[in-house]
Amino acid sequence: MLYAILCYHDEDTVGSWTAEHDAAVIGKLSVVQKKLADQRRLGPVARLLPTTSATTLRKDDPPLVIDGPFAETKEQLLGFYVVDCENLDGALDVARDLGRANPGGAYEIRPVGSLTHGSLPT
Amino acid sequence: MTDVAWIDTALTSARPQALGALLRYFRNLDTAEEAFQNACLRALKTWPQNGPPRDPAAWLIMVGRNVAIDDIRRRNKQEALPDEEAISDTEDAESEIAERLDGSHYRDDILRLLFICCHRDLPATQQIAVALRIVSGLSVRQIARAFLVSEAAMEQRITRAKARIAMIYLIFNEGYSASGDTAEIRAPLCEEAIRLARLLLRLFQTEPEIMGLTALLLLQHARAPARFDSDGAFVLLDDQDRGLWNQNMIAEGLALIDKAMRHRRSGPYQVQAAIAALHARAGRPEDTDWVQIDLLYGALEVMQPSPVVTLNRAVAVSKVKGPEAALAMIEPMAPRLSNYFHFFGAKGAFLMQLGRNDEARVAFDRAIALANTTAEAAHIRMHLDRLIRDSAPQTSRKAST
Repeated sequence: MLYAILCYHDEDTVGSWTAEHDAAVIGKLSVVQKKLADQRRLGPVARLLPTTSATTLRKDDPPLVIDGPFAETKEQLLGFYVVDCENLDGALDVARDLGRANPGGAYEIRPVGSLTHGSLPT
Repeated sequence: MTDVAWIDTALTSARPQALGALLRYFRNLDTAEEAFQNACLRALKTWPQNGPPRDPAAWLIMVGRNVAIDDIRRRNKQEALPDEEAISDTEDAESEIAERLDGSHYRDDILRLLFICCHRDLPATQQIAVALRIVSGLSVRQIARAFLVSEAAMEQRITRAKARIAMIYLIFNEGYSASGDTAEIRAPLCEEAIRLARLLLRLFQTEPEIMGLTALLLLQHARAPARFDSDGAFVLLDDQDRGLWNQNMIAEGLALIDKAMRHRRSGPYQVQAAIAALHARAGRPEDTDWVQIDLLYGALEVMQPSPVVTLNRAVAVSKVKGPEAALAMIEPMAPRLSNYFHFFGAKGAFLMQLGRNDEARVAFDRAIALANTTAEAAHIRMHLDRLIRDSAPQTSRKAST
């Protein structure tokens, strides 16, 4: 079974880390990640940019673009995509396409700060 | 043992939080500032002996408040704090609760402080000046230098602006859309500014200018590790090791400016962020899109005319059309910028590119005389050395013939 592990933390706290502290945390995490990667058990790992860089597409008809992260509480996180786009407009186009295929709910679009591909057997 | 450098850093970083809380408490900026100063003095006395408090900001708020209350009591027994009813709405009247929240709700206080500084009734130049003075604790001299006015004139502006702040504070809770600005002077201030900008952006998620501001701060601060060499000398953008640029900050800045542009409501911060983005995107200096930068500075000149903008545009022009055109562009500003370091630095550089070395030397000498920091002076001296080096072989050749 594959499991997704979603990372939550106080953005203010993480955002105020010094570069050295940040690097130290990433260093410690990478030790854990390497162990998993060596066992071919690690999938993609993404670090997202802060929620201030988020945009939300409400999959209404017509779809509505809202600045900021997804803030509703009546919907739950059911999945995610990582797509390569030229810019935010490109990402919104993809989201609109997906939204037409599956209306209702919302997509939160967050730029990915860093991505490692992991080592899962294909 | 608590060393002085540590205390200094702690006081600086606690300043916005502590001042914000004290301002909320006293509703008078002068009292709050004085209280903060007094608390700092106490800190310098007691921290080295007793060790640092667990939470310096909370300590400063508590001590500052107590000292100021003592002072107020001593000075004037009749004069009470302003009447709660007259100056406050219901939310603020729950001051006891608010007090208890001091420890956890710094963010609101800092934003409140920022909003006071940025109230739209204050002219823009005053907004920034007051924000710098209050939030970042810069000296009047530093601010005056950044705004090209005399210290006396700036002091006057700050005083005028401050006089209106007490009144403005009362209507703060109505909530105002405002844009904040703090200059990037030193790293802790930059980080504080970025933090505040992010806070502001989270409160006003759809304001493209706040996105632009945040992007601008991030993109500029991303270059900080490359801006000075190991000797502390200033490194020009063209000469910077771009591998040292902070790619995380750049990614965030680019994402934010991208997001801002979708609103099609341009503004000075967005334009400046777009310029910074073009620099950030250039892997090598020669990849820089100077034509686009020239256009953006042109737009900025229309939005926010200032000799400094024109000076920056001249650098872009020198890359696109050559130093002659750049020089022609800045010459008319000479009378206004006769005390401005960067004017003479740029002028000297353009003259040097044109091979007018004697004139360049005069401009560089003037720049050194006006330099605000040793790093600035050292940078100009480097140009001068280069001039001397370049002219030396010519002289010897002349001598030998």
